[in-house]
Amino acid sequence: MSYSRKNVRNVLLYHRDGMSDKFVSTRVKEIPPSGIRKFFDLVLEMDGVISLGVGEPDFVTPWHIREACIYSLEKGMTSYTSNLGLLELRELISKCYRNDYDIDYDPGSEILVTTGVSEAADLAFRAIINPGDEIIVPEPCYVSYKPSVFLAGGVPVPVPTYCENEFRAGADQIKESITERTKALVLSYPNNPTGAVMRKSDLEEIADVVVENDLAVISDEVYGKLTYDGSHTCFSSLSGMKERSIILNGFSKSHAMTGLRLGYAAGSEPLIAAMTKVHQYSMLCAPVTAQMGGIEALKNGDGEMKKMVREYDRRRRLIVRGLNKLGLECFEPKGAFYAFPSIKSTGMTSEQFASRLLKEQKVAVVPGDVFGGCGEGYLRCSYATSREELIEALGRMEAFIDSL
Amino acid sequence: MKEILEIIENNPRIDPREIATMTGITEAAAASKIKEMEKKGIIRKYKTVIDWEKAGEEFVYAIIEIKVVLRSRTGYDAIAERIAKFPEVRSVRLISGDHDLSLTVRGKSMKDVAFFVAEKIATLEQVQGTVTHFVLRTYKEDGDVLFEKERSERLAVSP
Ligand SMILES: Cc1ncc(COP(=O)(O)O)c(C=O)c1O
Repeated sequence: MSYSRKNVRNVLLYHRDGMSDKFVSTRVKEIPPSGIRKFFDLVLEMDGVISLGVGEPDFVTPWHIREACIYSLEKGMTSYTSNLGLLELRELISKCYRNDYDIDYDPGSEILVTTGVSEAADLAFRAIINPGDEIIVPEPCYVSYKPSVFLAGGVPVPVPTYCENEFRAGADQIKESITERTKALVLSYPNNPTGAVMRKSDLEEIADVVVENDLAVISDEVYGKLTYDGSHTCFSSLSGMKERSIILNGFSKSHAMTGLRLGYAAGSEPLIAAMTKVHQYSMLCAPVTAQMGGIEALKNGDGEMKKMVREYDRRRRLIVRGLNKLGLECFEPKGAFYAFPSIKSTGMTSEQFASRLLKEQKVAVVPGDVFGGCGEGYLRCSYATSREELIEALGRMEAFIDSL
Repeated sequence: MKEILEIIENNPRIDPREIATMTGITEAAAASKIKEMEKKGIIRKYKTVIDWEKAGEEFVYAIIEIKVVLRSRTGYDAIAERIAKFPEVRSVRLISGDHDLSLTVRGKSMKDVAFFVAEKIATLEQVQGTVTHFVLRTYKEDGDVLFEKERSERLAVSP
């Protein structure tokens, strides 16, 4: 299978021609088109582009993990698994949470293996939202939360975060946006697109607000292993938080397994049972081949993972220095693999800057406003790209800025 | 130090300025650390991996296993060091199993290598026997794969 240019273009043309959409539901029509797709379309038209627009590792899945997948196929492991996922995998996940964060999740009832964090997030929203429930979503953030909340019948309530505050959501801000309809809060740290992380003390303040207002928390920690300055705090490790939180995590980023589609949710038994109810009818189970890879990743993948994290850290320093030198002020990201420089000094909008940079110097970045209104004036530059390409991209950006 | 080694292991030509950025030390400190490691022999040398075949030069490689008659006083070292002095010999290893030493030898042709072994190695007094394996193709060398490297087919822009 390949994402050939022709195939992708056909799909996009189909949408563009605006053939009759009389069968499409109003709700789906109301979802705004994805800003990322638009950019993707532009990039496809060009050759020789260096892309800092990619939200996935440039590493191929470590060989020992691929080997485990292949071996499982050779053994004929091609059937459904339990809805919750293979027990061995859940046991390993449970062990991880005990070792890393000192939290106990019962592999029998508190862990659900999913088809990526994407599915887990969707399940979480569908499992908790009553029509009209408000879900607080700090922005800039990963593009799928708002549409998923909306599709589940909820109302996403964005809360802006700012560079001055290192793109951390403040407990006060969250408090201010709470109404009697507020059901839950989404946390997503280390953050895509800003690279922001939360300190334990920040999370504790938020936990107090959460308890006072009896909210649920959906914490997407898929970049939890990708932190560069101190270690990650899992939200449910805070006292009293386990029973009201759903932790989302997966293998895409930490083990470079994006295309294998493997993630999981960990939470209290009633929440996981509710999510499993939806999962069993919509997905049945996560792909068994990927689950076998996940088992190998958790058993023997730490070394390769740490190697990748060390390499990301080096690139992170390169790109942050490079961007700041160009006069694109860039706060120091402490997690994930994105830098989020400000382009306000150029007077352009994110979209203008990104389009011109692409057309004139063939460097693809993603305009910050794609991730929420407060991302306007910023760019997301992914450093999940080889050092050589990063250096080349920075050189081209310098030429672009000099030409302004 | 280990961090610097990891950075330059696969690319010694990287700019010290970039090493400094990546490790968070000053450029001068990075340069002096590298000098120090060169002096101490931690960094033994910088080397270029050449695909001689692509450059139009044909070389023939062979792995030679040798059985040695030990002289009590000098052990394996003396004979190994002696063999290592031939420029045709690219590596010398003491191994366990049926044989004692394993060499890689490079020559211009199979005949070249065969004569070298027959005349220079097999004739050594301590060498009791040799087995020559010609290399037909090298797939991986020093941790570097020599067939086409895999690239992940990523979409150019993704969330
Ligand atoms: C914050 C965040 N959550 C979830 C995902 C999707 O992860 P998965 O591949 O596990 O569906 C991404 C991918 O870009 C992400 O950045």
